Amino acid sequence: MTDRIRDVFAAAGYGEVSTPALEHEQTFARANLPVSASAYRVFDGQGDVLVLRPDMTVPIARMVATRYPHAEGPLRFCYLASAWRGVAAGRGQSREVLQAGVELLGAGGAAGTAEVLTVLCAALDAAGLDSYRIGLGDASLYPSLLEAVGVDADERELILSELARGDFVGVEREIGSLGLPAEQTELLLRLARARGGAEVLEGLEGALHDALAPLREVHALLSAGVAERVIFDLGLVRSLGYYTGAVFQIYDPAFGMPIGRGGRYDDLLATFGHPLPAVGFALNVERLHIALTSEERLGR
Amino acid sequence: MSALRIAVPRGALFGETLEILDRLGIDTAEVRSNDRRLLFSDVGIITMRPTDVPIYVEAGAADLGITGKDVLMEQSEREVYELMDLGYGRCEMVLASEAGEDRSAEALRRLGVVRIATKYPRTATRYFASTGRQAEIVEVKGSVELAPLTGLVEAIVDLTATGTTLRENGLVIREQIAVTTARLIANPVAHKLRAAEIDALTEQIRAM
Repeated sequence: MTDRIRDVFAAAGYGEVSTPALEHEQTFARANLPVSASAYRVFDGQGDVLVLRPDMTVPIARMVATRYPHAEGPLRFCYLASAWRGVAAGRGQSREVLQAGVELLGAGGAAGTAEVLTVLCAALDAAGLDSYRIGLGDASLYPSLLEAVGVDADERELILSELARGDFVGVEREIGSLGLPAEQTELLLRLARARGGAEVLEGLEGALHDALAPLREVHALLSAGVAERVIFDLGLVRSLGYYTGAVFQIYDPAFGMPIGRGGRYDDLLATFGHPLPAVGFALNVERLHIALTSEERLGR
Repeated sequence: MSALRIAVPRGALFGETLEILDRLGIDTAEVRSNDRRLLFSDVGIITMRPTDVPIYVEAGAADLGITGKDVLMEQSEREVYELMDLGYGRCEMVLASEAGEDRSAEALRRLGVVRIATKYPRTATRYFASTGRQAEIVEVKGSVELAPLTGLVEAIVDLTATGTTLRENGLVIREQIAVTTARLIANPVAHKLRAAEIDALTEQIRAM
Protein backbone atom coordinates (compact mmCIF):
# COMPACT_ATOMS: atom_id res chain seq x y z
CA MET A 1 0.00 0.00 0.00
CA THR A 2 2.77 2.46 0.89
CA ASP A 3 4.49 1.67 -2.41
CA ARG A 4 1.34 2.54 -4.33
CA ILE A 5 0.96 5.80 -2.41
CA ARG A 6 4.62 6.65 -3.02
CA ASP A 7 4.13 6.06 -6.75
CA VAL A 8 1.19 8.49 -6.80
CA PHE A 9 3.26 11.16 -5.05
CA ALA A 10 6.17 10.65 -7.44
CA ALA A 11 3.93 10.73 -10.52
CA ALA A 12 2.50 14.07 -9.35
CA GLY A 13 6.03 15.49 -9.14
CA TYR A 14 6.57 15.32 -5.38
CA GLY A 15 10.12 14.44 -4.33
CA GLU A 16 10.57 12.33 -1.23
CA VAL A 17 12.45 13.96 1.64
CA SER A 18 13.55 12.81 5.05
CA THR A 19 14.33 15.02 7.99
CA PRO A 20 15.85 14.30 11.41
CA ALA A 21 13.60 12.60 13.95
CA LEU A 22 14.91 15.03 16.56
CA GLU A 23 14.26 18.75 16.22
CA HIS A 24 14.94 21.67 18.50
CA GLU A 25 12.00 22.33 20.80
CA GLN A 26 11.79 25.95 19.62
CA THR A 27 11.13 24.80 16.06
CA PHE A 28 7.68 23.58 17.05
CA ALA A 29 7.04 26.40 19.51
CA ARG A 30 7.57 28.85 16.63
CA ALA A 31 4.97 27.00 14.62
CA ASN A 32 2.33 27.87 17.22
CA LEU A 33 1.96 24.24 18.25
CA PRO A 34 1.15 23.74 21.93
CA VAL A 35 3.96 22.38 24.06
CA SER A 36 1.78 19.30 24.68
CA ALA A 37 2.02 18.41 20.97
CA SER A 38 5.69 17.50 21.47
CA ALA A 39 5.23 14.55 23.79
CA TYR A 40 8.83 13.33 23.96
CA ARG A 41 11.75 15.50 24.98
CA VAL A 42 15.42 14.70 25.35
CA PHE A 43 18.46 16.74 26.32
CA ASP A 44 21.63 16.72 24.29
CA GLY A 45 25.17 17.07 25.59
CA GLN A 46 24.93 20.86 25.64
CA GLY A 47 21.72 20.82 27.65
CA ASP A 48 19.56 21.85 24.68
CA VAL A 49 16.03 20.46 24.61
CA LEU A 50 15.20 18.33 21.58
CA VAL A 51 11.85 16.76 20.77
CA LEU A 52 10.79 13.80 18.69
CA ARG A 53 8.90 15.48 15.85
CA PRO A 54 5.10 15.39 16.31
CA ASP A 55 4.55 15.99 12.61
CA MET A 56 6.45 16.37 9.33
CA THR A 57 5.00 19.67 8.18
CA VAL A 58 7.00 21.85 10.53
CA PRO A 59 10.34 20.08 9.87
CA ILE A 60 9.77 20.40 6.11
CA ALA A 61 8.90 24.09 6.52
CA ARG A 62 12.14 24.56 8.47
CA MET A 63 14.09 22.60 5.87
CA VAL A 64 12.70 24.66 2.99
CA ALA A 65 13.37 27.94 4.75
CA THR A 66 16.99 27.00 5.44
CA ARG A 67 17.90 24.92 2.36
CA TYR A 68 15.90 26.79 -0.30
CA PRO A 69 16.02 30.33 1.12
CA HIS A 70 15.57 32.00 -2.27
CA ALA A 71 13.20 29.57 -3.95
CA GLU A 72 9.89 31.04 -5.01
CA GLY A 73 8.38 27.66 -5.69
CA PRO A 74 6.36 25.86 -6.30
CA LEU A 75 8.32 23.23 -4.39
CA ARG A 76 6.82 19.76 -4.07
CA PHE A 77 7.88 17.39 -1.32
CA CYS A 78 6.45 14.15 -0.02
CA TYR A 79 7.28 11.79 2.81
CA LEU A 80 6.51 8.44 4.31
CA ALA A 81 7.88 8.98 7.75
CA SER A 82 7.26 8.52 11.43
CA ALA A 83 5.92 11.14 13.79
CA TRP A 84 5.63 10.70 17.56
CA ARG A 85 2.51 11.38 19.53
CA GLY A 86 1.55 11.27 23.17
CA VAL A 87 -0.86 8.48 24.04
CA ALA A 88 -3.56 8.00 26.64
CA ALA A 89 -3.18 5.03 28.97
CA GLY A 90 -4.95 1.87 27.90
CA ARG A 91 -6.16 3.16 24.54
CA GLY A 92 -3.93 1.00 22.36
CA GLN A 93 -2.57 4.07 20.59
CA SER A 94 0.81 3.98 18.92
CA ARG A 95 3.48 6.39 20.06
CA GLU A 96 5.12 6.18 16.67
CA VAL A 97 2.77 6.94 13.79
CA LEU A 98 3.65 6.33 10.15
CA GLN A 99 2.46 9.24 8.06
CA ALA A 100 2.19 9.60 4.29
CA GLY A 101 1.86 13.14 3.10
CA VAL A 102 2.82 15.93 0.77
CA GLU A 103 3.70 19.59 1.16
CA LEU A 104 3.27 22.05 -1.69
CA LEU A 105 5.20 25.26 -1.02
CA GLY A 106 5.06 28.48 -2.95
CA ALA A 107 1.67 27.77 -4.50
CA GLY A 108 -0.84 30.09 -2.91
CA GLY A 109 -4.59 30.25 -3.09
CA ALA A 110 -7.14 27.93 -4.56
CA ALA A 111 -4.92 26.40 -7.24
CA GLY A 112 -2.48 25.01 -4.68
CA THR A 113 -5.26 23.68 -2.47
CA ALA A 114 -7.00 22.04 -5.43
CA GLU A 115 -3.75 20.39 -6.55
CA VAL A 116 -3.13 18.90 -3.12
CA LEU A 117 -6.73 17.65 -2.84
CA THR A 118 -6.32 16.00 -6.23
CA VAL A 119 -3.11 14.26 -5.13
CA LEU A 120 -4.85 13.23 -1.90
CA CYS A 121 -7.71 11.55 -3.77
CA ALA A 122 -5.27 9.81 -6.12
CA ALA A 123 -3.33 8.49 -3.12
CA LEU A 124 -6.47 7.19 -1.39
CA ASP A 125 -7.67 5.61 -4.64
CA ALA A 126 -4.28 3.94 -5.07
CA ALA A 127 -4.41 2.70 -1.49
CA GLY A 128 -7.63 0.95 -2.47
CA LEU A 129 -9.99 2.87 -0.22
CA ASP A 130 -13.50 2.91 -1.66
CA SER A 131 -15.90 5.13 0.29
CA TYR A 132 -13.72 7.93 1.63
CA ARG A 133 -14.83 11.55 1.83
CA ILE A 134 -12.91 14.77 2.44
CA GLY A 135 -14.39 17.37 4.76
CA LEU A 136 -13.26 20.79 3.53
CA GLY A 137 -13.58 24.00 5.50
CA ASP A 138 -11.80 27.30 5.98
CA ALA A 139 -9.94 27.94 9.23
CA SER A 140 -10.25 31.72 8.84
CA LEU A 141 -14.00 31.69 8.18
CA TYR A 142 -15.58 31.23 11.59
CA PRO A 143 -13.07 33.38 13.52
CA SER A 144 -13.59 36.31 11.11
CA LEU A 145 -17.34 35.81 11.29
CA LEU A 146 -17.22 36.08 15.08
CA GLU A 147 -14.97 39.09 14.84
CA ALA A 148 -17.33 40.74 12.34
CA VAL A 149 -20.25 40.57 14.78
CA GLY A 150 -18.09 42.07 17.52
CA VAL A 151 -17.14 39.06 19.67
CA ASP A 152 -14.01 39.83 21.70
CA ALA A 153 -10.82 37.80 21.42
CA ASP A 154 -11.20 35.73 24.62
CA GLU A 155 -14.75 34.78 23.81
CA ARG A 156 -13.76 33.92 20.23
CA GLU A 157 -11.05 31.61 21.50
CA LEU A 158 -13.54 29.85 23.79
CA ILE A 159 -16.14 29.37 21.06
CA LEU A 160 -13.53 28.15 18.56
CA SER A 161 -12.12 25.61 20.99
CA GLU A 162 -15.63 24.30 21.66
CA LEU A 163 -16.29 24.11 17.96
CA ALA A 164 -13.01 22.24 17.39
CA ARG A 165 -14.05 19.74 20.08
CA GLY A 166 -17.51 19.37 18.57
CA ASP A 167 -19.20 20.69 21.71
CA PHE A 168 -22.23 22.19 19.98
CA VAL A 169 -24.10 22.54 23.26
CA GLY A 170 -21.29 24.77 24.51
CA VAL A 171 -21.20 26.75 21.25
CA GLU A 172 -24.94 27.32 21.48
CA ARG A 173 -24.64 28.42 25.12
CA GLU A 174 -21.77 30.85 24.46
CA ILE A 175 -23.25 32.36 21.32
CA GLY A 176 -26.65 32.60 23.01
CA SER A 177 -25.08 34.54 25.88
CA LEU A 178 -23.49 37.18 23.62
CA GLY A 179 -26.69 39.20 23.41
CA LEU A 180 -26.61 39.37 19.61
CA PRO A 181 -29.75 39.99 17.54
CA ALA A 182 -31.75 36.79 17.03
CA GLU A 183 -31.00 36.49 13.32
CA GLN A 184 -27.22 36.79 13.88
CA THR A 185 -27.36 34.15 16.61
CA GLU A 186 -29.36 31.86 14.34
CA LEU A 187 -26.93 32.42 11.47
CA LEU A 188 -23.83 31.73 13.58
CA LEU A 189 -25.33 28.50 14.87
CA ARG A 190 -26.49 27.42 11.44
CA LEU A 191 -23.07 28.02 9.86
CA ALA A 192 -21.33 26.14 12.67
CA ARG A 193 -23.36 23.10 11.64
CA ALA A 194 -23.45 23.69 7.87
CA ARG A 195 -21.93 20.78 6.01
CA GLY A 196 -22.80 19.10 2.74
CA GLY A 197 -22.34 19.56 -1.00
CA ALA A 198 -21.49 22.77 -2.85
CA GLU A 199 -24.97 24.08 -1.98
CA VAL A 200 -23.75 25.10 1.51
CA LEU A 201 -21.52 27.69 -0.22
CA GLU A 202 -24.54 29.37 -1.75
CA GLY A 203 -27.60 31.19 -0.45
CA LEU A 204 -25.75 33.70 1.71
CA GLU A 205 -25.57 37.41 1.10
CA GLY A 206 -23.10 40.26 1.16
CA ALA A 207 -19.92 39.85 3.20
CA LEU A 208 -20.74 36.25 4.04
CA HIS A 209 -21.10 35.33 0.40
CA ASP A 210 -17.70 36.93 -0.21
CA ALA A 211 -16.16 35.13 2.76
CA LEU A 212 -16.96 31.83 1.06
CA ALA A 213 -15.32 32.87 -2.22
CA PRO A 214 -12.05 31.01 -1.48
CA LEU A 215 -13.93 27.72 -1.00
CA ARG A 216 -16.01 28.30 -4.14
CA GLU A 217 -12.78 28.94 -6.05
CA VAL A 218 -11.30 25.66 -4.83
CA HIS A 219 -14.51 23.85 -5.76
CA ALA A 220 -14.44 25.32 -9.28
CA LEU A 221 -10.91 23.96 -9.82
CA LEU A 222 -11.66 20.39 -8.77
CA SER A 223 -12.32 17.65 -11.30
CA ALA A 224 -15.71 15.94 -11.02
CA GLY A 225 -14.12 12.86 -9.48
CA VAL A 226 -12.46 14.86 -6.70
CA ALA A 227 -15.41 17.22 -6.17
CA GLU A 228 -17.78 14.34 -5.48
CA ARG A 229 -15.50 13.25 -2.63
CA VAL A 230 -15.65 16.66 -0.95
CA ILE A 231 -18.05 17.62 1.83
CA PHE A 232 -17.99 21.34 2.57
CA ASP A 233 -17.94 21.90 6.30
CA LEU A 234 -18.19 25.53 7.41
CA GLY A 235 -17.85 24.65 11.08
CA LEU A 236 -14.50 22.91 10.50
CA VAL A 237 -11.96 25.00 12.34
CA ARG A 238 -8.25 24.56 12.63
CA SER A 239 -7.09 21.58 14.60
CA LEU A 240 -3.46 22.71 14.42
CA GLY A 241 -2.13 26.12 15.39
CA TYR A 242 -0.49 26.92 12.06
CA TYR A 243 -3.44 26.43 9.69
CA THR A 244 -4.58 29.65 8.05
CA GLY A 245 -7.06 29.02 5.23
CA ALA A 246 -8.50 25.84 3.77
CA VAL A 247 -8.47 22.92 6.21
CA PHE A 248 -9.55 19.38 5.53
CA GLN A 249 -10.06 16.03 7.19
CA ILE A 250 -10.31 12.60 5.60
CA TYR A 251 -13.15 10.31 6.64
CA ASP A 252 -14.28 6.82 5.83
CA PRO A 253 -17.62 5.36 6.92
CA ALA A 254 -15.83 2.14 7.89
CA PHE A 255 -13.71 3.90 10.51
CA GLY A 256 -14.92 6.12 13.34
CA MET A 257 -12.08 8.65 13.33
CA PRO A 258 -10.47 10.86 10.69
CA ILE A 259 -7.73 8.99 8.83
CA GLY A 260 -5.79 12.10 7.92
CA ARG A 261 -5.89 15.84 7.74
CA GLY A 262 -4.39 18.80 6.00
CA GLY A 263 -4.69 22.45 5.25
CA ARG A 264 -3.09 25.70 4.19
CA TYR A 265 -0.36 27.18 6.38
CA ASP A 266 0.46 30.40 4.59
CA ASP A 267 2.18 32.04 7.58
CA LEU A 268 4.31 29.16 8.85
CA LEU A 269 7.28 29.60 6.52
CA ALA A 270 7.56 33.27 7.47
CA THR A 271 8.29 32.25 11.06
CA PHE A 272 11.42 30.56 9.68
CA GLY A 273 12.35 33.70 7.77
CA HIS A 274 11.18 32.74 4.28
CA PRO A 275 7.56 33.77 3.63
CA LEU A 276 5.93 31.27 1.25
CA PRO A 277 2.29 30.21 1.04
CA ALA A 278 1.96 26.47 1.50
CA VAL A 279 -0.50 23.61 1.78
CA GLY A 280 -0.23 19.92 2.57
CA PHE A 281 -1.78 16.84 4.09
CA ALA A 282 -0.78 13.84 6.20
CA LEU A 283 -2.45 10.45 6.14
CA ASN A 284 -2.19 8.19 9.15
CA VAL A 285 -1.09 4.97 7.45
CA GLU A 286 -2.15 2.76 10.35
CA ARG A 287 -5.69 4.18 10.34
CA LEU A 288 -5.80 3.97 6.56
CA HIS A 289 -4.94 0.29 6.85
CA ILE A 290 -7.69 -0.29 9.44
CA ALA A 291 -10.23 1.56 7.29
CA LEU A 292 -9.26 -0.60 4.30
CA THR A 293 -9.69 -3.86 6.18
CA SER A 294 -12.99 -2.64 7.69
CA GLU A 295 -14.28 -1.78 4.22
CA GLU A 296 -13.35 -5.29 3.07
CA ARG A 297 -14.99 -6.85 6.11
CA LEU A 298 -18.18 -4.88 5.57
CA GLY A 299 -18.22 -6.42 2.10
CA ARG A 300 -17.91 -4.07 -0.78
CA MET B 1 -27.51 2.95 3.61
CA SER B 2 -28.59 1.35 6.88
CA ALA B 3 -30.47 3.27 9.57
CA LEU B 4 -28.50 5.40 12.02
CA ARG B 5 -27.40 3.29 14.94
CA ILE B 6 -28.20 4.81 18.32
CA ALA B 7 -26.65 3.89 21.68
CA VAL B 8 -29.43 4.06 24.28
CA PRO B 9 -28.65 4.18 28.01
CA ARG B 10 -30.45 1.76 30.30
CA GLY B 11 -31.12 3.07 33.80
CA ALA B 12 -32.46 6.47 34.86
CA LEU B 13 -32.49 7.96 31.34
CA PHE B 14 -34.02 4.88 29.68
CA GLY B 15 -37.72 5.78 29.83
CA GLU B 16 -37.50 9.33 28.53
CA THR B 17 -34.99 8.31 25.88
CA LEU B 18 -37.41 5.69 24.54
CA GLU B 19 -40.19 8.28 24.52
CA ILE B 20 -38.09 10.55 22.31
CA LEU B 21 -37.30 7.65 19.99
CA ASP B 22 -41.01 6.81 19.81
CA ARG B 23 -41.82 10.34 18.77
CA LEU B 24 -39.09 10.15 16.12
CA GLY B 25 -41.02 7.24 14.66
CA ILE B 26 -38.59 4.56 15.80
CA ASP B 27 -40.38 1.42 16.95
CA THR B 28 -39.28 0.76 20.53
CA ALA B 29 -41.93 -1.85 21.42
CA GLU B 30 -39.41 -4.67 21.26
CA VAL B 31 -36.87 -2.71 23.34
CA ARG B 32 -39.47 -2.06 26.03
CA SER B 33 -40.71 -5.62 26.17
CA ASN B 34 -37.35 -7.37 26.23
CA ASP B 35 -35.01 -6.17 28.96
CA ARG B 36 -32.43 -8.90 28.45
CA ARG B 37 -31.72 -8.34 24.79
CA LEU B 38 -29.17 -5.57 24.14
CA LEU B 39 -28.97 -5.28 20.38
CA PHE B 40 -32.00 -4.39 18.26
CA SER B 41 -30.46 -4.22 14.78
CA ASP B 42 -33.74 -3.89 12.88
CA VAL B 43 -34.52 -0.52 14.51
CA GLY B 44 -30.89 0.55 14.97
CA ILE B 45 -30.88 0.55 18.77
CA ILE B 46 -28.15 -0.75 21.06
CA THR B 47 -28.84 -0.61 24.80
CA MET B 48 -26.07 -0.35 27.37
CA ARG B 49 -24.96 1.29 30.60
CA PRO B 50 -24.83 5.09 30.30
CA THR B 51 -21.08 5.06 31.01
CA ASP B 52 -20.47 2.83 27.98
CA VAL B 53 -22.26 5.11 25.52
CA PRO B 54 -19.29 7.45 24.78
CA ILE B 55 -16.87 4.69 23.82
CA TYR B 56 -19.38 3.05 21.46
CA VAL B 57 -19.99 6.39 19.79
CA GLU B 58 -16.32 7.38 19.68
CA ALA B 59 -15.37 4.13 17.99
CA GLY B 60 -18.22 4.44 15.49
CA ALA B 61 -19.93 1.27 16.74
CA ALA B 62 -22.91 3.61 17.16
CA ASP B 63 -23.48 6.75 15.09
CA LEU B 64 -25.40 8.56 17.81
CA GLY B 65 -25.84 8.09 21.52
CA ILE B 66 -27.64 9.51 24.51
CA THR B 67 -25.99 9.80 27.89
CA GLY B 68 -25.69 12.12 30.87
CA LYS B 69 -23.44 15.17 30.94
CA ASP B 70 -21.92 13.65 34.10
CA VAL B 71 -20.63 10.74 32.00
CA LEU B 72 -19.24 13.11 29.34
CA MET B 73 -17.51 15.23 31.99
CA GLU B 74 -15.89 12.14 33.47
CA GLN B 75 -14.82 10.84 30.04
CA SER B 76 -13.78 14.18 28.60
CA GLU B 77 -11.03 12.59 26.52
CA ARG B 78 -13.55 10.79 24.29
CA GLU B 79 -13.69 12.33 20.87
CA VAL B 80 -17.42 12.63 20.38
CA TYR B 81 -19.53 15.58 19.27
CA GLU B 82 -22.04 16.88 21.77
CA LEU B 83 -24.99 17.90 19.61
CA MET B 84 -27.86 18.73 21.92
CA ASP B 85 -28.93 19.26 25.48
CA LEU B 86 -32.02 17.08 25.70
CA GLY B 87 -33.09 18.68 28.96
CA TYR B 88 -34.31 15.62 30.82
CA GLY B 89 -32.55 13.59 33.50
CA ARG B 90 -31.60 16.77 35.36
CA CYS B 91 -29.17 16.10 38.22
CA GLU B 92 -26.64 18.05 40.19
CA MET B 93 -23.02 17.12 40.73
CA VAL B 94 -22.39 18.19 44.31
CA LEU B 95 -19.89 18.18 47.11
CA ALA B 96 -21.61 16.85 50.24
CA SER B 97 -20.57 16.04 53.76
CA GLU B 98 -22.18 15.05 57.06
CA ALA B 99 -24.63 17.50 58.53
CA GLY B 100 -23.35 19.74 61.30
CA GLU B 101 -19.95 21.31 61.17
CA ASP B 102 -18.44 20.70 57.73
CA ARG B 103 -15.65 18.18 58.29
CA SER B 104 -14.24 18.73 54.81
CA ALA B 105 -13.73 22.44 55.51
CA GLU B 106 -12.19 21.56 58.84
CA ALA B 107 -9.80 19.08 57.22
CA LEU B 108 -8.71 21.68 54.69
CA ARG B 109 -8.17 24.22 57.42
CA ARG B 110 -6.29 22.00 59.82
CA LEU B 111 -4.54 19.53 57.51
CA GLY B 112 -4.51 21.38 54.20
CA VAL B 113 -5.87 18.32 52.42
CA VAL B 114 -9.28 16.70 52.29
CA ARG B 115 -10.26 13.12 51.44
CA ILE B 116 -13.10 12.78 48.93
CA ALA B 117 -14.94 9.60 47.91
CA THR B 118 -16.54 9.55 44.48
CA LYS B 119 -17.56 7.52 41.47
CA TYR B 120 -16.36 10.45 39.36
CA PRO B 121 -12.62 10.66 40.16
CA ARG B 122 -11.65 12.81 37.19
CA THR B 123 -14.48 15.30 37.66
CA ALA B 124 -13.66 15.56 41.36
CA THR B 125 -9.92 15.92 40.72
CA ARG B 126 -10.51 18.69 38.16
CA TYR B 127 -12.93 20.49 40.47
CA PHE B 128 -10.57 20.54 43.43
CA ALA B 129 -7.60 21.49 41.26
CA SER B 130 -9.58 24.33 39.68
CA THR B 131 -10.61 25.67 43.07
CA GLY B 132 -7.05 25.48 44.36
CA ARG B 133 -7.62 22.91 47.08
CA GLN B 134 -5.64 19.77 47.75
CA ALA B 135 -7.68 16.60 47.83
CA GLU B 136 -7.10 12.88 48.03
CA ILE B 137 -9.63 11.35 45.66
CA VAL B 138 -10.84 7.90 46.72
CA GLU B 139 -12.61 6.09 43.90
CA VAL B 140 -15.45 3.84 45.00
CA LYS B 141 -17.77 1.89 42.72
CA GLY B 142 -21.00 2.34 44.65
CA SER B 143 -22.67 3.41 47.91
CA VAL B 144 -20.60 6.56 48.05
CA GLU B 145 -22.71 7.80 51.00
CA LEU B 146 -21.16 5.14 53.18
CA ALA B 147 -17.66 6.56 52.92
CA PRO B 148 -18.04 9.71 55.07
CA LEU B 149 -20.23 7.90 57.62
CA THR B 150 -17.48 5.39 58.32
CA GLY B 151 -14.70 7.93 58.49
CA LEU B 152 -13.05 6.82 55.25
CA VAL B 153 -13.35 10.36 53.89
CA GLU B 154 -14.57 13.79 54.96
CA ALA B 155 -16.83 14.45 51.96
CA ILE B 156 -18.13 13.01 48.73
CA VAL B 157 -18.59 14.21 45.16
CA ASP B 158 -21.69 12.61 43.74
CA LEU B 159 -24.63 13.03 41.43
CA THR B 160 -28.01 13.69 42.98
CA ALA B 161 -31.43 14.17 41.43
CA THR B 162 -33.61 14.93 44.45
CA GLY B 163 -31.15 14.83 47.33
CA THR B 164 -33.18 12.10 49.04
CA THR B 165 -30.36 9.58 49.32
CA LEU B 166 -28.04 12.23 50.69
CA ARG B 167 -30.61 13.31 53.30
CA GLU B 168 -31.39 9.75 54.32
CA ASN B 169 -27.71 9.28 55.08
CA GLY B 170 -27.43 12.52 57.03
CA LEU B 171 -25.42 14.31 54.35
CA VAL B 172 -25.90 17.91 53.24
CA ILE B 173 -24.88 19.62 50.02
CA ARG B 174 -21.96 22.01 50.55
CA GLU B 175 -21.20 23.06 46.98
CA GLN B 176 -22.79 22.60 43.58
CA ILE B 177 -20.22 21.57 40.97
CA ALA B 178 -22.37 21.26 37.86
CA VAL B 179 -25.90 20.72 36.62
CA THR B 180 -26.13 17.73 34.29
CA THR B 181 -28.79 16.65 31.81
CA ALA B 182 -29.11 14.07 29.06
CA ARG B 183 -27.09 14.89 25.93
CA LEU B 184 -27.28 13.70 22.35
CA ILE B 185 -23.79 12.83 21.14
CA ALA B 186 -22.50 11.84 17.70
CA ASN B 187 -19.52 10.13 16.20
CA PRO B 188 -17.47 12.88 14.47
CA VAL B 189 -17.17 10.97 11.22
CA ALA B 190 -20.87 10.02 11.12
CA HIS B 191 -21.68 13.68 11.84
CA LYS B 192 -19.97 14.62 8.57
CA LEU B 193 -20.86 11.65 6.39
CA ARG B 194 -24.50 11.34 7.44
CA ALA B 195 -25.13 15.04 7.95
CA ALA B 196 -28.59 15.17 6.37
CA GLU B 197 -30.00 12.30 8.43
CA ILE B 198 -28.50 13.56 11.68
CA ASP B 199 -29.66 17.14 11.09
CA ALA B 200 -33.18 15.94 10.27
CA LEU B 201 -33.24 14.01 13.52
CA THR B 202 -31.97 16.89 15.67
CA GLU B 203 -34.47 19.25 14.01
CA GLN B 204 -37.28 16.86 14.88
CA ILE B 205 -36.12 16.70 18.49
CA ARG B 206 -35.83 20.50 18.70
CA ALA B 207 -39.39 20.81 17.43
CA MET B 208 -40.74 18.55 20.19
